[in-house]
Amino acid sequence: MSAQGSNLDLTPIWISLKTASITIVITFILGLLAAWWIYSRKSEALKMVFDGIFTLPMVLPPTVAGFFLLMIFGVNQPIGKFFMSAFGIRIAFSFSATVIAAVVISFPLMYRNARGAFDQVDTDLVYAARTLGMSEWNIFLKVLIPNALPGIISGGVLAFARGLGEFGATAMLAGNIIGKTRTLPVAVYSEVMSGDMESAAFYVWVIIGICFTAVILLNLYQLYVRKKRSF
Amino acid sequence: MLEVQIYKKLAEFDLDVSFQVHDNISGLMGASGSGKSMTLKCIAGIETPDQGRIVLNDRVLFDSEKKINVPIQKRNVGYMFQSYALFPNMDVYENISVGLRARKVNDVDIVVRKVMKQFQISELASRYPKQLSGGQRQRVALARLMAYEPDVLLLDEPFSALDEDLKEDLLRELKSELQISKPVVFVSHNEEEVSELCDFKYKIKLGEIV
Repeated sequence: MSAQGSNLDLTPIWISLKTASITIVITFILGLLAAWWIYSRKSEALKMVFDGIFTLPMVLPPTVAGFFLLMIFGVNQPIGKFFMSAFGIRIAFSFSATVIAAVVISFPLMYRNARGAFDQVDTDLVYAARTLGMSEWNIFLKVLIPNALPGIISGGVLAFARGLGEFGATAMLAGNIIGKTRTLPVAVYSEVMSGDMESAAFYVWVIIGICFTAVILLNLYQLYVRKKRSF
Repeated sequence: MLEVQIYKKLAEFDLDVSFQVHDNISGLMGASGSGKSMTLKCIAGIETPDQGRIVLNDRVLFDSEKKINVPIQKRNVGYMFQSYALFPNMDVYENISVGLRARKVNDVDIVVRKVMKQFQISELASRYPKQLSGGQRQRVALARLMAYEPDVLLLDEPFSALDEDLKEDLLRELKSELQISKPVVFVSHNEEEVSELCDFKYKIKLGEIV
């Protein structure tokens, strides 16, 4: 785990990319469905309450989110115990814990962007689709998503970057096990703590490289959308 | 025949209308914000009245006393929106076929081609709404709803998005296309349009027919 030539540990890169990739698939689907569910509610009070719950992981300190996750998935907690006895799976301090932590923390970004994008879609399109006989699920897939796509994509990219950068909740639920749960952000912290600034800097540049690329790709996509729409 | 009897509390006033439309074109005329669009939306099922009864050809669509409220998808109404509400992500062909597929109509392709021919938009099949003129959009919107043979046509200010000089031709065109022996409700704030197009007219003011 030192930066002396070939001793540099590359597993955090692999673990982080694997975590972020699995996370974005789960977050993308959950965020879209949550946004659609809220969008389809009529009661403003209900919307407000659930919007608050869905947004909470974004505004809470990640360690607080991590604390709650430990209370749910910890080895001695009901759900943690259930997974252990039913499937022999230990969630806390395993690779799956890095995914769970990243999903919970990145979910609000996806949800909020998707909801904002749905709200921008002309409601007459939805009404028209209903009079034409389309089911709500059909409208979701063929009218809402395509017409809200730019906002959904930008939510997805931001959620991906956020999932990749997740530290606090990951450290709480997944810990810092080399080759198993040590993600890039956790590795940066560990190397700094052990005084190995060179290794820390290496991980830092990898993170910056990935996140910067993601945001540039997003900007290129949005430029493409703007051009396509302006004929 | 369409029988409408609606009561609905709105922010500014109470909507309280009742009228009948036989198989003709009836105009619902009034200033903007008089409740005419809301009336159409109640017939279509987009909005729900507080009280009342809506019957279309012996089929009860809404009855507050009997707690009947047929969902929009099952009402078989044709609704033309002020903005036409064509799906921007679909070309003309898809705009027309998507509803037919949802309704599990047989031979969707044949029906779409037939209706496109009837409305003279065949050559626009692969164009997107953005690439159409106002008049073309109106024709596509009409073709899209005529394709599934609705039991009633609800037209919400279909000329407000068009240039004045186009309007007269399109008005005449629409009149000939609407000779379909089905109830048609045409909503407009424009007296000329209503007199030109409609067999009957109702004036609506602050939620009441006058």
